[in-house]
Amino acid sequence: MSQATLIPSPREISTEPRRSDKVFRGVVTSGGISSLFILGLIAVFLAYRGFEVLKEEGLGFITGADWSVTLDESANVVESNFGLSAMLVGTILCALVAVVIAVPISVFSALYLNFYAPGWLKKILVAVIDMMAAFPSILFGVWGFLVLMPSVEYWGKLINRYLGWIPLFEVKPYFFTRSPFVAGVVLAIMIIPIITSVSREIFAQAPLDRIQAAFALGATRWAMIKAVVIPHGRSGVVGGAMLGLGRAMGETVAVFTVLNIVFQINWHILLGAGGNVASLIILKFSEAGDYEIKALMAAGLILFLLTLAVNAVANVIVKSTGKSGR
Amino acid sequence: MSAVAIPTKPWAKSPQDRILGVSFLIAAAAFSYFFVAVTEMKGKLAYAFIFFVAYGVITSTYSFITRGPQAAKDSFVSTLVALGAVFTVIPIASILFTVVQKGVPGLHLGILSNDMSMATSTDPIPTGGVLHAITGTLTMVVLALIMSIPIGILTALYLTEIKGKFAGPIRFLVQAMSGVPSIVAGLFILSAVLYPITKNFSALMGAMALTILMIPTIARTSEEVLLLIPNELREAGTALGGTQWRTVAMIVLPAARSGLMTAIILGIARIAGETAPLLLLTGGGDKVNPNPFNGSVGSLPYYIWKSFNAGSPEALTRAWAGLLILMIVVFILFISARALSNRKMSK
Repeated sequence: MSQATLIPSPREISTEPRRSDKVFRGVVTSGGISSLFILGLIAVFLAYRGFEVLKEEGLGFITGADWSVTLDESANVVESNFGLSAMLVGTILCALVAVVIAVPISVFSALYLNFYAPGWLKKILVAVIDMMAAFPSILFGVWGFLVLMPSVEYWGKLINRYLGWIPLFEVKPYFFTRSPFVAGVVLAIMIIPIITSVSREIFAQAPLDRIQAAFALGATRWAMIKAVVIPHGRSGVVGGAMLGLGRAMGETVAVFTVLNIVFQINWHILLGAGGNVASLIILKFSEAGDYEIKALMAAGLILFLLTLAVNAVANVIVKSTGKSGR
Repeated sequence: MSAVAIPTKPWAKSPQDRILGVSFLIAAAAFSYFFVAVTEMKGKLAYAFIFFVAYGVITSTYSFITRGPQAAKDSFVSTLVALGAVFTVIPIASILFTVVQKGVPGLHLGILSNDMSMATSTDPIPTGGVLHAITGTLTMVVLALIMSIPIGILTALYLTEIKGKFAGPIRFLVQAMSGVPSIVAGLFILSAVLYPITKNFSALMGAMALTILMIPTIARTSEEVLLLIPNELREAGTALGGTQWRTVAMIVLPAARSGLMTAIILGIARIAGETAPLLLLTGGGDKVNPNPFNGSVGSLPYYIWKSFNAGSPEALTRAWAGLLILMIVVFILFISARALSNRKMSK
């Protein structure tokens, strides 16, 4: 009877999201953008606080090696000298030592995990190495100082005896304790899990058909790795190494406990005198006056920009290999 | 008279091969013993190192004689990569061993129920405890979770559900953020919040710095988990007439629940032992501080740091005991994260 009325009137089709979706998208987007916001704020606030010192010292903040403040009786700054060069050189030196030691070990163990280890062992080792990446840095620091340092000092003396003619390994005066080498070894142990897991993932993406083709042509395991896995994973390993480098440059507590901080540029890795920007901040923070705090903020800004740059390059490298492999 | 074919494994090791393998091991061990005894190298690591080198040389020589130069290279590399794996594991084993060995004497009955307000770190072991440190760490972790879970999971949702035009840059920045040194996070809170606004140490300040360190871990792990949720689920939600909000809230997030828990636990494990920002922001008090928004507060890493720097034998024992407790905490977190993610996989 009234069938005609049941036919709904035509309505407009719209892809416009409803209000609930608009709110949802707004909330999620703002949450997503907050990380950008936080990173921006970090740079802005450190630059704002450190601006005075940066302007005062100019380029000397990076090239100078001296860090001293003289106060008069009413705690006003009479004279100040802030230079980061010794700390920057020390930071890079320790991190490089760490990477040089850690990369071969990590790459070998990643190869072992992917292509040699039996399944059950692989499972256990992967879990253990992942857990090691979550160990707190103070654990490495205390362990490194009390347990590892005597042995590393001994290795340092061995290196010095046989390779002392290379300027890098020169030790004059004869003092090995708390050297950048010790800090580098501790950092190496901290970054081995990171580089291992990045390399392991990259190696696991090596194309299976080519691996099988290599074996079918009669390649030994090593010949297969050399022909297929290493060309595929080379730049990924470089990226992983740079991730480790970034982590090693920003490490604070573990380095502070094992390193003897001296405000003097020192390129001799075995000599017990080094520096590290992050450790400098911890060292000077407790006794610093207002003006010195500003200098520490500026140092933090430099460290932030340095690690950000290293990490960004590393991520670009790791990501581009991941894509080219498929 | 049909002969049943018995499956054979021509590549399996014959008893002869096994005997040969074991004898190579013994030969390498004996060689390393003599080498260490004769030359002036010393220590367990020297044994291990020489053992592997000797084993590599012996096996590759054998392969060279029996199978030629390619096989020799192959077996040498096998030894080399095993050596790499051993060098990766040695520090872990040594850390676990020393922490348990030196930490256990520092434990006593009252360690979890006393704080250090009536004791200094050089007092005999049975006085004092870590109550203030544990409550402080707990407070900061809870506060940090309250701030970082929404931001971390929203970031992951933005990257997987909305896929807006900022998705690329944000993914990149979250990666970069995970490399921010912890001390820089501490300095940032110091300059942006503590000096201009609160002007006092508190648990909240520490928690804010920890939040910055925790967001990338939570965001990246959640993103991976959300990517694993099959797209059919989202399509089904939409087909049933759900808006995107309903689909995400009622279908995607519940399906990813255990994975998101894993992300959160990994985030806690990341910050539980973080020391540097707490040194700048929390003051490290020795008393239980019930107010998280004001006053200096202790924490496990700070307690370890203080005891370690005090330097006396009792203080060092306290530091090791603190490390043992911290390591047990990280261990439990890690095991539960793995258990959760494994359960998800097996479903």
